[in-house]
Amino acid sequence: MICTTADGGCLKTLLAFIGIMASFAGRVITSAWRSPYEFEQTWMQVGEIGARTLPLVAASGLALGVVMTLHTHSTLVTFGAAAMIPKVQSLSFFIEIGPLVAALLVAGRVGAGIGAVLANLRASEQIDAIEVLSVDSFKFLVVPRVIACVLVLPLLTTFMDLTALLGGFLAEHALSHLSAELFIERAFTGIAWSNFVPPTLKTTVFGFLIGTVSCYYGYTTDEGAEGVGRAATNSVVLSSLLVIVADVVLVKIIFLFFPGSAL
Amino acid sequence: MTEYQPAAIVFDGVSKSFGSKQVLQDVSFSVGRGETVCLLGRSGTGKSVTLKLLIGLLRPDLGQVLIGQDNISLLDGEELSRVRRKMGFLFQSAALFDSATLEDNLALPLRRLTKKSKLEIEDVVNRALSEVGLAADRRKVPGELSGGMRKRAGLARALVLEPEILLVDEPSSGLDRITASEIDDLLLEQKSKRRTTIVIVTHDVHGARRVGDRFAVLDKARLVAFGDLHDLQNHDSKTVRTLVGEQ
Repeated sequence: MICTTADGGCLKTLLAFIGIMASFAGRVITSAWRSPYEFEQTWMQVGEIGARTLPLVAASGLALGVVMTLHTHSTLVTFGAAAMIPKVQSLSFFIEIGPLVAALLVAGRVGAGIGAVLANLRASEQIDAIEVLSVDSFKFLVVPRVIACVLVLPLLTTFMDLTALLGGFLAEHALSHLSAELFIERAFTGIAWSNFVPPTLKTTVFGFLIGTVSCYYGYTTDEGAEGVGRAATNSVVLSSLLVIVADVVLVKIIFLFFPGSAL
Repeated sequence: MTEYQPAAIVFDGVSKSFGSKQVLQDVSFSVGRGETVCLLGRSGTGKSVTLKLLIGLLRPDLGQVLIGQDNISLLDGEELSRVRRKMGFLFQSAALFDSATLEDNLALPLRRLTKKSKLEIEDVVNRALSEVGLAADRRKVPGELSGGMRKRAGLARALVLEPEILLVDEPSSGLDRITASEIDDLLLEQKSKRRTTIVIVTHDVHGARRVGDRFAVLDKARLVAFGDLHDLQNHDSKTVRTLVGEQ
């Protein structure tokens, strides 16, 4: 945000927004530890978010795997490094493409969904109805969705990595008739757990950001039906942006704690 | 005039504004136990806001809202939940959970707030739905119901915990006269059987005259009249006489 006013008005607005968002995130964390625990709701959200996003992640992973191989094949063949194609593929997806693309897909698909659903519940007074029934609507609606995003993203990322490898293999097999055994051997030779586990686990942070931002826009809207569309759009835009920014920071942190994962 | 003592609800000097718009200004009234009070007034005079203040969904800028001995506007968390457990709320739109069946809509507060077994909850839900004539529709979701059925289901949910106080927002809005009259019958039954304290926001003077013991008229953010039908029919203000229907 560029602040152009002399009194720094928009900077204040930005800082206030960051404060509100941080306080919302803090409330998510503290509420998650307090009983009653919403296991049933959380499990339902895990199923819904996972099922809603799995086909998209699988199709994207497969397509990206094919495209990646098509792009790298001719270049690496030129340098006599065709044998490296599977490893380039696996490393690229495990370290960066898998986690980031899976998170962006979830931000687009699930983030918009959460924002719109919660905003609709607010506009139709269903959140008020939950409150007047003496049920904590925040714990009932927000916390399970955020936890579900945190739990589901690493699983979707792993799934994206695997489907990308499958796509890469299919493309490579079509181009050079490489066998599946040899592709797998080359893809995993020299790959350490530190190349896979920390980048996959960083998606829990992405999940937290996506869940929190989407729930914030949906849960706090007060613009009636008009707010539903706005909540969905804002959820996608801000959560995608935060995922990308957080990725930069998390990569640096991973390098700090797992120097071996830096190529 | 029937005396209702002690007061179940005291609305004391309450003011509420949204931004620069003053919605309520120094409004005071009380509702006795077992009494039914109808809030009347033109659209946008703060009637629904009054209900939301009564159940703690909104907080007053000034004044206090007492539910029994509890100042609900100062309560939070568990304390607020404790007071709300004594209250039921029928929303104008019924506000049923649209992804849940009717029986799940009614079962939610029972599962969360009581120690009843699954069978007991099923029994209570079936009884509550039977009372409003929806037993056969218990597996339907709100989207499959008509406006009147949704209202009745909303009423059943509001009553499932047998509240001492029932708040009702526009029970007849969007309904034909016959369906509206059926809702009024259910409210009358509630009033006579369980002596529930009821506050109703309505534009339907006919229904209000059937169900209400006393009437409050809000105009331009102020309470301009409060009393029984006879008092209001002889009120100095033409607006008040028009709202309650002149004798």
